[in-house]
Amino acid sequence: MIDQVRLKIDELLSGGLVKGVLALATANGHVAPCLFQKGDDLGKLSLGDTENPGDARYPLNKVLVTIARRYPDEVFGVLVRGCDERGLFTLYRLNQLEPDRVVPIGITCPPSLALACECKKPFPDEITAGETADGFPQKGVDAIEGMDLHTRFSFWTDQFSKCVKCYGCRDICPMCFCKECSLECEDLVSKGDLPVDIPVFHLTRAMHMADRCIDCGLCDEACPSDIPLRLLYKKTSRIMNDRFGFTSGIEKNEKSPLSVMGPAPQK
Amino acid sequence: MEYKNTLTTCTYCGCGCNLFLETLDGKLTNTTPCKTSPVNEGKLCIKGWNVHQFVQSEKRLKKPLLRKNGELTEVSWDEALSFTASKLKEITQDNGPDAVGFLASAKVTNEENYLMQKFARAGVGTNNVDHCARL
Repeated sequence: MIDQVRLKIDELLSGGLVKGVLALATANGHVAPCLFQKGDDLGKLSLGDTENPGDARYPLNKVLVTIARRYPDEVFGVLVRGCDERGLFTLYRLNQLEPDRVVPIGITCPPSLALACECKKPFPDEITAGETADGFPQKGVDAIEGMDLHTRFSFWTDQFSKCVKCYGCRDICPMCFCKECSLECEDLVSKGDLPVDIPVFHLTRAMHMADRCIDCGLCDEACPSDIPLRLLYKKTSRIMNDRFGFTSGIEKNEKSPLSVMGPAPQK
Repeated sequence: MEYKNTLTTCTYCGCGCNLFLETLDGKLTNTTPCKTSPVNEGKLCIKGWNVHQFVQSEKRLKKPLLRKNGELTEVSWDEALSFTASKLKEITQDNGPDAVGFLASAKVTNEENYLMQKFARAGVGTNNVDHCARL
């Protein structure tokens, strides 16, 4: 699979179709985001798999936003999995990236990763390499919904109380790009204090994720307290889907129901 | 156009979390925890997440400060060191070595901390050595 990706990157770079390709590379035994430019050694390319599939994924779209802000007229290639492609569609919708300045290089996720993520669509629309695996039902959300109100309330309160307010969930999130963040608004969240404001901190973020979260799971992986943030955002996404038939990033040009004035779109 | 991720170790405490400092055209743009690091496994605390900010902060102290007439004033390293040395001498001569204490730092190397406690114990003659985490 990696050879096909190398070939595609080489084709884009040598053909002058892109200024650079944002992907992952191995250096010093570690995997990190890397911007490949013409003439660079593609031997160090990594797809983010070390011991297990997808265990060294990084928010490449977030990096792309940083680079595109500095070089708005250039075209860049970017390595995407299913979730990353949903991320691109969402960033187009939110005017953070321009579709005609991005060339996605799509790879699929293996069934094991799709299952671990309980991912609905573990592959991008445009696939450069890999076989498509089936999506999996979100049993984690079903389990939470199956709890009675009291148990569920205690579950989340206990989880939120573990928070050390590192802001890692926001900082790693490829969908978080705001220059002013509500989580730093002192009317909502007290500054420099622990314990965290429960449930304002996490529910504010969950609200903001409702029409943005593309279920990449990087927040879960970044949380030093193992708070199941992804599960929380999966739940908000499910509400959006049940009420409005909307899933963030699934369709390229779909508007968010939260940005539509007037009656709610029917599902 | 130069985009780079430089693997480094967080300077905030002794844990030794690995992180990438992201630079675009030579300017720091972000901090990302290293996922393949066995120490922090892709996680950081709030200080680690903001390493790129303090490096370039305008508020960062670049020269020693000495309080003169009630105001903190920038001085040279020579002046700061000789002032500290003369005060240390004065206090220990007047009141004995246990009148001073040495606070080690998590933000320096193990070897530097070793030197500091050696200086305190063997040089000055006190066991008043503690760590910044207990301040």
